[in-house]
Amino acid sequence: MAILSKEEAKKILEKVVGFSKADGIEAGLNGGDGGNIRYARNSVSTAGEDSNVSLSVSVNFGKKSGAASINEFDDASLEKVVRRAEELAKLAPENPEFMDPLGPQTYGPEAKTFIESTAKITPEYRAQAAADSINPATKKDITAAGYLEDNRGFNAQMNSKGLFTYNQATGVNFTVTMRTNDGTGSGWVARNFNDVSKLNTAEASQIAIEKALQSRNAKAIEPGKYTVILEPNAASDLLSLMLNFNARQADEGRSFLSKKGGGTKLGEKLVDERVNIYTDPWNEEVPTANQAGGLPRKRMDLIKGGVVSNLFYDRYWAQQKGVEPTPFPGNRIMEGGNASIEDMIKDTKKGVLVTRFWYIRAVDPQTLLYTGLTRDGSFYIENGKIKHPIKNFRFNESPIIMLNNLETLGKQMRVASGGGPGGGGSALIPAMKIRDFTFSSLSDAV
Amino acid sequence: MKRRDFIYLTGMGAAASMIPAIPVIGNPIDPAKALERVDVTLKKRMADVALNAARSKGATYTDVRIGRYLNQFVVTREDKVQNIVNTESYGMGVRVIANGSWGFAATDKTDNDSIAKAAELAVAIAKENSRLLTEPVRLAPQKGYGEVSWKAPIQKNAFEVPMKEKVDLLLGVNSAAMQSGANYITSLLFMVNEQKYFASTDGSYIDQDIHRIWPAFFITKIDATTGKFETRNSLSAPMGMGYEYLDVRPQDKIQSVTTLYKGRYDMLEDAKAGGAQAGEKLKAKSVEAGKYDLILDPSHLWLTIHESTGHPTELDRVLGYEANFAGTSFLTLDKWESKKFNYGSKIVNIVADKTQVGSLGAVGYDDEGVQCGQWDIIKDGILVNYQTIRDQAHILGLNASQGCCYADNWGSVQFQRMPNVSLQPGKDGKSVNDLIKDVEKGIYIIGDGSFSIDQQRYNFQFGGQLFYEIKNGKIAGMLKDVAYQANSQEFWNSCTAIADERDYRLGGAFGDGKGQPPQSNAVSHGSSTARFNGVNVINTARNIG
Repeated sequence: MAILSKEEAKKILEKVVGFSKADGIEAGLNGGDGGNIRYARNSVSTAGEDSNVSLSVSVNFGKKSGAASINEFDDASLEKVVRRAEELAKLAPENPEFMDPLGPQTYGPEAKTFIESTAKITPEYRAQAAADSINPATKKDITAAGYLEDNRGFNAQMNSKGLFTYNQATGVNFTVTMRTNDGTGSGWVARNFNDVSKLNTAEASQIAIEKALQSRNAKAIEPGKYTVILEPNAASDLLSLMLNFNARQADEGRSFLSKKGGGTKLGEKLVDERVNIYTDPWNEEVPTANQAGGLPRKRMDLIKGGVVSNLFYDRYWAQQKGVEPTPFPGNRIMEGGNASIEDMIKDTKKGVLVTRFWYIRAVDPQTLLYTGLTRDGSFYIENGKIKHPIKNFRFNESPIIMLNNLETLGKQMRVASGGGPGGGGSALIPAMKIRDFTFSSLSDAV
Repeated sequence: MKRRDFIYLTGMGAAASMIPAIPVIGNPIDPAKALERVDVTLKKRMADVALNAARSKGATYTDVRIGRYLNQFVVTREDKVQNIVNTESYGMGVRVIANGSWGFAATDKTDNDSIAKAAELAVAIAKENSRLLTEPVRLAPQKGYGEVSWKAPIQKNAFEVPMKEKVDLLLGVNSAAMQSGANYITSLLFMVNEQKYFASTDGSYIDQDIHRIWPAFFITKIDATTGKFETRNSLSAPMGMGYEYLDVRPQDKIQSVTTLYKGRYDMLEDAKAGGAQAGEKLKAKSVEAGKYDLILDPSHLWLTIHESTGHPTELDRVLGYEANFAGTSFLTLDKWESKKFNYGSKIVNIVADKTQVGSLGAVGYDDEGVQCGQWDIIKDGILVNYQTIRDQAHILGLNASQGCCYADNWGSVQFQRMPNVSLQPGKDGKSVNDLIKDVEKGIYIIGDGSFSIDQQRYNFQFGGQLFYEIKNGKIAGMLKDVAYQANSQEFWNSCTAIADERDYRLGGAFGDGKGQPPQSNAVSHGSSTARFNGVNVINTARNIG
């Protein structure tokens, strides 16, 4: 039941739309199955599976709208949920920003977002993936703590203007932290894929084990401005925070994209000219649905040659500004270079290699100043070689300043953007070398 | 965990980036439905089905949580209502021990077959997990309470207050802020009712009714000539109260450089002050980096307590269960065993409490059926205890849990979560003015702002809402671009004065995150205003062209 076919979903949605007596109706069906396993102290702590399908209905009378949802699909239930939404809409205050349902759209081809092997992950697979991560740790006097989650799902929507969409997707996300039993070393690795056949938790865990061993007995170096080599996860941690190019905020004068004296920085150079960031639903590494909220997604530049190329307009703000609305992107891709991390280390006289960042929080929305810390593998580089592990740093830095201080772009890697498990979508981000990155204090944390 | 049911409060336009993403588990419902209740005898019958099914499959312990989780949001900006959402989530979670391992399963189908299947699945998962077991689960003994109940002592159920009253309040708040100079404001009311039923093979059947409320606003003021903008967030606290939190009473106001609120909140007054203060912030002096004595108001200090005391004393972090996500802790067991680890100065007393009236963490019983209480964590500056649940108590040599188990939904597995953790008031009768008058060079900070701390809770950085320079014992005007950085132990050892109980207030958060999949916890932190000497302050102003 959890994954309905296109035809099954369409049949239910047609009934729902047919029950409506309101001026407009939008109905969405979402569902899927997911599973996870969590381990710590070299032992499984929790594991579970869930399965869910739900129907959400939003109706409007003029600019009054109401929403309701349900997880039963017999005809009586379908009619009930529509009536409930209609009752709520009648009671609601008018929302002057309400937009009528979107008419039918033309979409590009479906991207390869659903991979059968990922959809077939079993509890036994998860237990083995955890064992493949824990067993090598125990042999090296290391304690593993990790988490693997996978999902397979679909979403479909239909409205009273004749719009219909259907998409399916799978995903798997794995992270593990390896800590040496003497508490002085810690390493971390993350993997994020649509296709589970690309995931090898033993191979990934080995990287975290090596980092844990190499990061033992870190030395303190003075805080200050350093050249840094950011691994793709570290780079993405900061980049994902600047790519919300919200047009309304910029127009209202309360965004880093607002311009002194009014207007926005659209069309202006923001960062180094080698920076190219775009979204593309059909990218093979990070495929996503071909639409968002019914609006057709397409390849779209965010930053081209360092210049702000597009802002995101929701349907209301697009109408106010007389422009086309922008579908919310499902991925972010930053063009990389050919340099490996090793190449970048070789070319560095004095610098810091960063595995990941942690606890990043906004300090100033005007300059996009963020603070946070390095974690799970920070190393001092001198004369082209890793010299020794270093204690973690707190940074205070803006991704805008960081991308203006770009030295070298490395190879891209798929990462879960948004930091947390499952993340806020996927991104394809290169490693990068940045000069004058601001570390403001030392942390004793391992 | 049904992540697809999360409704994120996005789409609120420009202010969205200033509001933390609030994950809400549940489906939209008719507001009138929120006032209906599930019959206790029915819940007992459902629980018994699960307890019996798990036992028959070999579980040696089982607990059942039947939960109905109701949320209501009202979100407005300037003169518009942006969103009214009512959600409900109803279902059951079954947790078992079999072969010495935990297993958990949940269902939103509450017929006997579905309940029994969930219980059987939990047992099967426990048996699968036991393959990688290193040490069998050891539960602290817990007596059964029989059939008992607990209700939050609220005066006005927020779900019964007409929507028009809420909308009128928020639109009035927005208008007050705009009239006093704000360019933009988003305001919201977020109300929660958890109707929880717990049953276990220890013989407890516990019915509880919990209420929480969070009124908040986010103001932006723009200087058109310079293109700069400043924000000012509300000085309210999320509370474990009903709608009475918004009934204004003069005796609950504290007059300082701005009005501060104790137990009741005047949202209109705060919005009016906030509009003007956002403008003042634009013109304020940018702070000169250096060492300052800090006077921290409870509306600010709660967050520092939360991050630097609450989190490092969570025993699951200390033991490594959160190593892959939230992190571990610098407060390792050897520091506790030494009985002389100087966490703070002698006047620092930190108490954990799950019973404080009006607090977010107050319940009668936790999510594994343990009656709640209070205990010392830091006593006269020394680390004396942690926060534990039943399967951790033996590690501290305790023969009972401290009642810190919580799950954010019926579909989430319960684990160790933070109780209210509060700094006790000073005992030497000092007022806030007494604290300020001894400061030569200092900053008075009100309201919470930016916050960040490392994964073992040593190094932190905090911002705030309002910053006032103190020169030679007097407030000398507003500052901006202020953040302070410190090491937790050094910071709490620099605490030189705490105002007395007359100034004691609660702050808190609805959405403290921990766990994988992540779960949120609501928790309060009380304190009186406190002084910290010689803290490192940085200037956060930057130029991006």
